[in-house]
Amino acid sequence: MQRLIKKLYYGDIPDAGGGTAPSNDQQPTTDWPLWEVFIRSKQGLDHKHVGSLHASDAQMAIENARDVYTRRQEGVSIWVVESKRLTASNPAEAGELFEPAADKVYRHPTFYNLPDQVNYI
Amino acid sequence: MDSHNLEEQFQHKIDQEIKIEPKDWMPDAYRKTNIRQISQHAHSEVVGMLPEGNWVSRAPSLKRKVILIAKIQDEGGHGLYLYAAAETLGQSREQMINDLHSGKAKYSSIFNYPALTWADMGAIGWLVDGAAIMNQVMLTRTSYGPYARAMVRICKEESFHQRQGFESLLVLSKGSEGQRVLCQDAINRWWWPALMMFGPRDHESTNSDMSMKWRIKRKTNDELRQQFVDMIAEQIKVLGMTLPDPALRWNAIRNHYDFGEINWNEFWQVVKGNGPCNKERLEARKKAWGQGAWVREAAQAYANKKNTRTKAA
Repeated sequence: MQRLIKKLYYGDIPDAGGGTAPSNDQQPTTDWPLWEVFIRSKQGLDHKHVGSLHASDAQMAIENARDVYTRRQEGVSIWVVESKRLTASNPAEAGELFEPAADKVYRHPTFYNLPDQVNYI
Repeated sequence: MDSHNLEEQFQHKIDQEIKIEPKDWMPDAYRKTNIRQISQHAHSEVVGMLPEGNWVSRAPSLKRKVILIAKIQDEGGHGLYLYAAAETLGQSREQMINDLHSGKAKYSSIFNYPALTWADMGAIGWLVDGAAIMNQVMLTRTSYGPYARAMVRICKEESFHQRQGFESLLVLSKGSEGQRVLCQDAINRWWWPALMMFGPRDHESTNSDMSMKWRIKRKTNDELRQQFVDMIAEQIKVLGMTLPDPALRWNAIRNHYDFGEINWNEFWQVVKGNGPCNKERLEARKKAWGQGAWVREAAQAYANKKNTRTKAA
């Protein structure tokens, strides 16, 4: 079912060519490789994914990440990993992967009712 | 599962306020609209650096110069966040840049107006970034996850842009007669183009409103524009300046400011490429891209050489 959005919203001006779509026959790109960026915001905390960027190598990826993601002291450490090296779970398999945990309420402390006089447990 | 079922599930997720992530199934039109909108937004950030870049070397003090540079640097970063969000939908960066350069992809028309005086730097921060923030705050709740996350980051940084703009105008408004004239003149020139940033009137839309149904957008153009007018109409009192609209007045029944009609002919002319600076802006982008080609190639050659050596060792 093909439905077209013709309504013009701010930030959504129609393209002269009638809409840009990812073409299936994409030419080999000259883009630098894509890297995923992870930042530790302060000592003691995990590195957290913050976004991605293109860079020709790991060193440049770190330098670019520094310039883009830590301009306001958001980080004390940076990890970069080339996006193609990441393996992600498939959303279509989310059921098999995660649903088995749904009916195991006994894994949570709140499952157990203890008398009020029992403290610190 | 047929596509009708998938589409129903998709809509169900949207209605439940569950964000759509890159690998999730989505209707083609949803993907296309997001790519178009996010990449245009990215282009707007990047082209938006141009009117300001012109004033870096002419800033009246070192303080104003470092502020302006920081703001421009933010805009480059915002462009990157957005390009990266669009790339998660399968569009290559190269394709987006090519579409900008060929004129196929658009950017916000506001940047096709010239920044004639220093006061324009203040007016752009206050009015143009102020209008952009209205849209961006709404977009922090957009249904596509990567776009929403980019928006949260952008909004955090953007509020400094608007504040520095207002503060810069405030200084001018308390200055000499000449400075006051500059301040009022900049407001006069940027007010209407800023209102145009919100796009055409709602009633001009004839098609079914999928952007709202899919929660890419959550407020209409006219709603956002009204919100902006209500905010600015109050703030301008602090500056002791006026907005160039004789029809602007408080409407106690609507609980909003009424305002005059936008020159829609001008709006469409600028969108179609006939604004004061359309050509100049695109030329500047293409020139920068062309002149940077050797850097991109050299960095790639260096990386390749290093890889070969590492493998050989």
